[in-house]
Amino acid sequence: MTDPRDEEIKRRQKARAIIMALLLGAFVVLVYAITIAKMGMLR
Amino acid sequence: MGSLRWGDGKAYMTTVTANADSLLPADWRDLLALTKPRVMSLVVFTGLGGMLAAPAGIHPVLGFTAILCIALGAGAAAALNMWYEADLDALMKRTAGRPLPAGRLDRQTALHFGVGLAVFSVLLMGLAANWLAAAILAVSILFYVFVYTIWLKRRTPQNIVIGGAAGAFPPVIGWAAATGDVTLLPVLLFTLIFLWTPPHFWALSLFVRSDYAAAGVPMLPVVSGARATRQQIALYTLPMAAAAVAPWPLGLAGALYGIVAAAFSLAFLVLALRVLANRADEPAGMKPEKQLFAYSILYLFALFGALMIDRVLS
Repeated sequence: MTDPRDEEIKRRQKARAIIMALLLGAFVVLVYAITIAKMGMLR
Repeated sequence: MGSLRWGDGKAYMTTVTANADSLLPADWRDLLALTKPRVMSLVVFTGLGGMLAAPAGIHPVLGFTAILCIALGAGAAAALNMWYEADLDALMKRTAGRPLPAGRLDRQTALHFGVGLAVFSVLLMGLAANWLAAAILAVSILFYVFVYTIWLKRRTPQNIVIGGAAGAFPPVIGWAAATGDVTLLPVLLFTLIFLWTPPHFWALSLFVRSDYAAAGVPMLPVVSGARATRQQIALYTLPMAAAAVAPWPLGLAGALYGIVAAAFSLAFLVLALRVLANRADEPAGMKPEKQLFAYSILYLFALFGALMIDRVLS
């Protein structure tokens, strides 16, 4: 028998982990785009 | 969670502290709610207005990043505001359902989230745009948290007059991100929002006066009464309208902006005069105040929208 509270904790942790992964991925893409833009401005 | 007694702020604080360890991990929706997304939309729009009104173009990626930083900075300030005001929010019907007073989030998480977001937004702004924009963003966050939230809000009915400056920074930040400097037009846009803030918040505080009174927040209607507040709303509308129209005769914006600013300011003045003429003391009779509050939001969107279109067309 699983404690419903443990289930809820796992559900929230999983949701936050997914969102954090998406945000980190977006941040990497953003930093890459900023770098390309800045390099373009230096030319 | 233990039971919360909404009428007793101290009891609330004790209850939350005692039960902080037993709270579930924060739900991401509650962290998002800390950033006040609806308020953020107006901040983003006015920041975008300042950026697009600037004569110097900005690379789209850097422009997007600068606007993102303005949004994150506003979200950070809102989170820190909710962290500090959790006890007040618990006492007001309008705010009792927020994540902290409702007990869905512990204060330490809110504090860490707010500080982290603030530092991140300022650093990213400095690296992507320039350090002048980053410095103004930092000042606006610190001003909102320390000057408005911690210092003024619980002490003086002038809280939103002086504290309103924090919300007036976004167009200056947007402009600075694009140009690297600050000139007369962004200062006028700052002045417009600075003078718009008192009528906007006082209209709201008139029909939620009992909430502020219950929480002991010295908003103008609580301290000086409805009549004096209505007079102040009308008085602030005049310089606000002048600041709104000023860019046109000064040659800083075109006729499209000028006509929209004049027409919308005139309508604002009419609504402010209807508020002045109202004698109601109960929220049920405060239709003019509710109309002015709703219209004031539309007003800023319209003016900054017109400014952006005006720039694109010219």
